[in-house]
Amino acid sequence: MAPDRAFWIFATLLSHWRRHPLNFATLVIGLAVATALWSGVQALNQQARTSYDRAAQVFGDAGAASIVSAKGTSVAQEHYVALRRAGWKVSPVIEGSVRIGGVSYRLVGVEPLTVPKGSAVAGLATGGDLEAFLKAPGQTLVATETLRELGAAGGSRPVTEGKQALPPLVVTEAVAPGILVMDIGAAQVILGKPQQLTRLIGGQGEMPDEASLVAIGGDALKLEQPEERGDLARLTDSFHLNLTAFGLLAFIVGLFIVHASIGLAFEQRLGTLRTMRAVGVPLRLLMLVLVGEVVLLALLAGAIGMVCGYVIAAALLPDVAASLSGLYGAHVGGHLALQGRWWASGLGMASAGALAASAVSLLKVYRLPILAVAKPLAWREAQHAQLRRQGVLAAMCLVIGAIAFLWGRGLVAGFVVIAGVLLGAALLLPLLLAVVLRLGERRASGALAQWFWADTRLQLSGLSLALMALLLALAANVGVGTMVEGFRKTFTGWLDERLNSELYFDAAGAQEGGEIAEWLGRDPRVTAVLPVWKAETRIGGWPVDVYGTRDHATYRDHFTLLSHTADAWDRVRDGEGALISEQLARRMDIGLGSPLALPTADGVWELPVVGLYPDYGNPKGQVRVNVDHLVRHWADARRTSYSVRVAPSDAGALMTAMQSHFDGKIARIVDQASLKQISTQIFERTFAVTGALNTLTLIVSGIALFASLLTLSDLRLAQLAPVWALGVTRRKLMDLEIGKLLVLAAITAVLAVPLGLVLAWCLVAIVNVQAFGWRLPFHVFPTQWGLIVALALATAFLASIVPVVRLGRTAPQDLLKVFANER
Amino acid sequence: MTLIDRTHRAGGSPQASAPLLRVSDVRKSYATPQGPIPVLKGVDLTLAAGESLALLGESGSGKSTLLHLIGGLDDADSGEIMLDGVRVTGQPDAERAALRRERIGIVFQQFNLVPSLTVAGNIAFQARIAGRFDAAWQEELMERLGLAALRHRYPEQLSGGQQQRVSIGRALAIRPRLLIADEPTGNLDEATGDEVMGLALDLIARTGCGFLMVTHSTRLARRLDRQVTLASGVLAGA
Ligand SMILES: Nc1ncnc2c1ncn2[C@@H]1O[C@H](COP(=O)(O)OP(=O)(O)OP(=O)(O)O)[C@@H](O)[C@H]1O
Ligand SMILES: [Mg+2]
Repeated sequence: MAPDRAFWIFATLLSHWRRHPLNFATLVIGLAVATALWSGVQALNQQARTSYDRAAQVFGDAGAASIVSAKGTSVAQEHYVALRRAGWKVSPVIEGSVRIGGVSYRLVGVEPLTVPKGSAVAGLATGGDLEAFLKAPGQTLVATETLRELGAAGGSRPVTEGKQALPPLVVTEAVAPGILVMDIGAAQVILGKPQQLTRLIGGQGEMPDEASLVAIGGDALKLEQPEERGDLARLTDSFHLNLTAFGLLAFIVGLFIVHASIGLAFEQRLGTLRTMRAVGVPLRLLMLVLVGEVVLLALLAGAIGMVCGYVIAAALLPDVAASLSGLYGAHVGGHLALQGRWWASGLGMASAGALAASAVSLLKVYRLPILAVAKPLAWREAQHAQLRRQGVLAAMCLVIGAIAFLWGRGLVAGFVVIAGVLLGAALLLPLLLAVVLRLGERRASGALAQWFWADTRLQLSGLSLALMALLLALAANVGVGTMVEGFRKTFTGWLDERLNSELYFDAAGAQEGGEIAEWLGRDPRVTAVLPVWKAETRIGGWPVDVYGTRDHATYRDHFTLLSHTADAWDRVRDGEGALISEQLARRMDIGLGSPLALPTADGVWELPVVGLYPDYGNPKGQVRVNVDHLVRHWADARRTSYSVRVAPSDAGALMTAMQSHFDGKIARIVDQASLKQISTQIFERTFAVTGALNTLTLIVSGIALFASLLTLSDLRLAQLAPVWALGVTRRKLMDLEIGKLLVLAAITAVLAVPLGLVLAWCLVAIVNVQAFGWRLPFHVFPTQWGLIVALALATAFLASIVPVVRLGRTAPQDLLKVFANER
Repeated sequence: MTLIDRTHRAGGSPQASAPLLRVSDVRKSYATPQGPIPVLKGVDLTLAAGESLALLGESGSGKSTLLHLIGGLDDADSGEIMLDGVRVTGQPDAERAALRRERIGIVFQQFNLVPSLTVAGNIAFQARIAGRFDAAWQEELMERLGLAALRHRYPEQLSGGQQQRVSIGRALAIRPRLLIADEPTGNLDEATGDEVMGLALDLIARTGCGFLMVTHSTRLARRLDRQVTLASGVLAGA
């Protein structure tokens, strides 16, 4: 019987929506949009991580160690054979770079039959193309982007500058951009390194231990741990964290819509709810059914949102949309778990969000007296009370934010600061608007003008939620835009400075390195050959790379320093000072002038810190000293890396010349342009994504504004009818309606700019530093602000159009009816 | 009402057995910022099954308050209200809700229909949640109340008198033990009010429930079995 009762209560509650489809639509749209943006961001994060992994996996499984030559040269093929014979499931990889049409590409040769599961080409073994990959002429696997860049069609065979034709191109989403993957035999021929391997890779737990390695390869081989390689994911972690925060913000903005439309629905149903209680619906059951209704709507709208989230994610990454299917379980292996988790977390967020957004309304119903006798306060008093409450709440949020800022530690404190500031500012907004409007009312002369200001103030309570959402969206736009632009500017600038040599190469060994350097020194085109030798140590248990470089204008004039002593470069040259990375400085809590104790092969080398430099994204600490002093303290330093200064126009020719002259003595060589390209390509994608998300958030707040106006428009009729009856034309009223919204939106937008800057500053100076140990410089981009204000006005204008047109279309007798219905 | 009807209903001799409704020494005051306002100062009342009673009194005398207490919509400060041998006063919400749902039909002055339900849906609502929906009885009620042709309409598409009849239908659909009505014809013109009243009395006679009605019209009051007047917080009258 109780289930029966619940059913009829539920059916009656639902019947409300049938009679108020617009209200229903705004509710569902709000929830769906909130969920869509959240789950879309989640999907994008996942997708991006997958592509970083993809890039890492081509060089070897990102999570696993690999075997490399202990001397930094290549691995002999016989060692591979010996390891296989000993039962270790390792797989050979050769890497090198080739130039095609003046552009460098990273060439990776793999052995598909032994390659570990989960690596880029592992899919081949399960797909049917294995034969085509192996049999002459073979295949070159490339990403869509690479194909576009090569200007080649699938199936064609581009020719390298070394006059070698690649195997026919085949597009696969499993390969990262800028990389060519082929069978190892073909790669060895094209790279001119027969019988040579760069590394041996293996699945987790399939790698030999040190002992077996020594037993087979003597001291020729060593295990390289994954964190020793440059890890793209680490650099992007910060970005994804911010993206997540941004998705959360979009979600909250969406919840504002939900809050407004649920509030309206509950308000409209108060009479029905009272009647239900009066005819004997128990309060507990009623509450239960109401919560059930909210959850059901959340699941429905959430599911729509998840689908939209998928669409958004797919639209934002059109070139990888196909591989997105991996997120939804189309791929093999562990992806099924991900699918369930993604859905569950999305729907969970939707339900939790909807319940949070309807908490106030639910509480109101819980406290609702059956007998309505309490006289409602006049709207002015009610508004004052509400504004006072919000003011107190805003102050509380700001105080919590301030406390977290002053005394908080760690990442969570950073987010508390952001949340406190954003919520506080949003809650404060109606108060500020009310003050501005009252000033306007005081200044206004003429009855109509006075009515305009007073009436705008009357509407404030109904619109304030939407305006708060608009404020948050605009602030997020300014904040995230500032951060992204700042990041882009800093990162590219930093890359420019850091990578200002034209060529970089790793020799197969120290001996070969010296040989090549000498040869280069005789070449009149080359202005400098600069060693970048390296030793490894640990400071306070943290792995630190120590680089040794020569004193040269390349560094003196270009190497970015955050702070330094006046004679920093002289001190470094003389071996009396070290430059350390920002991460190391923050981690060790040391600064300029502090003594740095470097554990070397023969005791501790103590020298002062003379400069700090940015080292964005590096998970390891870094120290730079003079190369002569480096080798003095580390006899075993790796002496194979060099950078070469040469006129940019000669770089390509020199690179080809080096390759043909030294052949196998060069372990890898890459030019500046392609190094930068590889580094920035992956970020460009994320920048595009963030830009689109920014726009979407703005659209959401536009919808919020639109929804509030639409739901209020019935009410508006009652307020406008008397003015119309007194002889103001509908045309004039329409103008005033639009004008009013533009005024409100303009004030909101102007307030959003400083708020957005605060948000950006928090992201850049608190969250990033706490999370990753490096700080982005804070740049401002005033042109962005103008755009934001313009966008806000456009949004407000669009949102006001429909209700205004509705007003214009209302027939006089309907306006009159308003009077008849007046109680 | 015909005499035959009356004797027929009085056949059970209400005085002899326990009355349907017994209100004893009920007191109620409202808390206001200026201090409590005593409204009911010891009200005593009994009503037999099948009996109808008109509650008269000046505006603000506490008629609605008393009706709300009897209907279990509000609780008294002291005193006791028994309906059908079940205590109405001092009960938790769930108990009072069950009482309202299953034994009491309430006709409100403002009708209180559910705007999103049709005429048929409104009439059936209480019966459905009380688990005693009876399609034949529902059909008969709509027929008698002249609502059969309007069954698919929504409240906003009805006139005041039609809405009134819907709310009477809803209250009678559960075959209540007690029907209470607060100025049910207050919003209607005299002719419509009379018509609705006649219909209601007819149907009440068929269900044999007790009927308690607040009214300002002595003319309407005279159509009921008894009349009492609330003044200075106590009842006086026939
Ligand atoms: N919730 C309340 N809070 C304070 N005072 C109340 C409340 N409800 C009713 N009253 C007061 O109690 C008194 C009785 O109210 P009640 O509504 O019962 O009168 P009534 O006899 O039904 O009047 P009417 O004929 O006008 O409907 C009135 O003076 C009223 O002002
Ligand atoms: Mg009354």
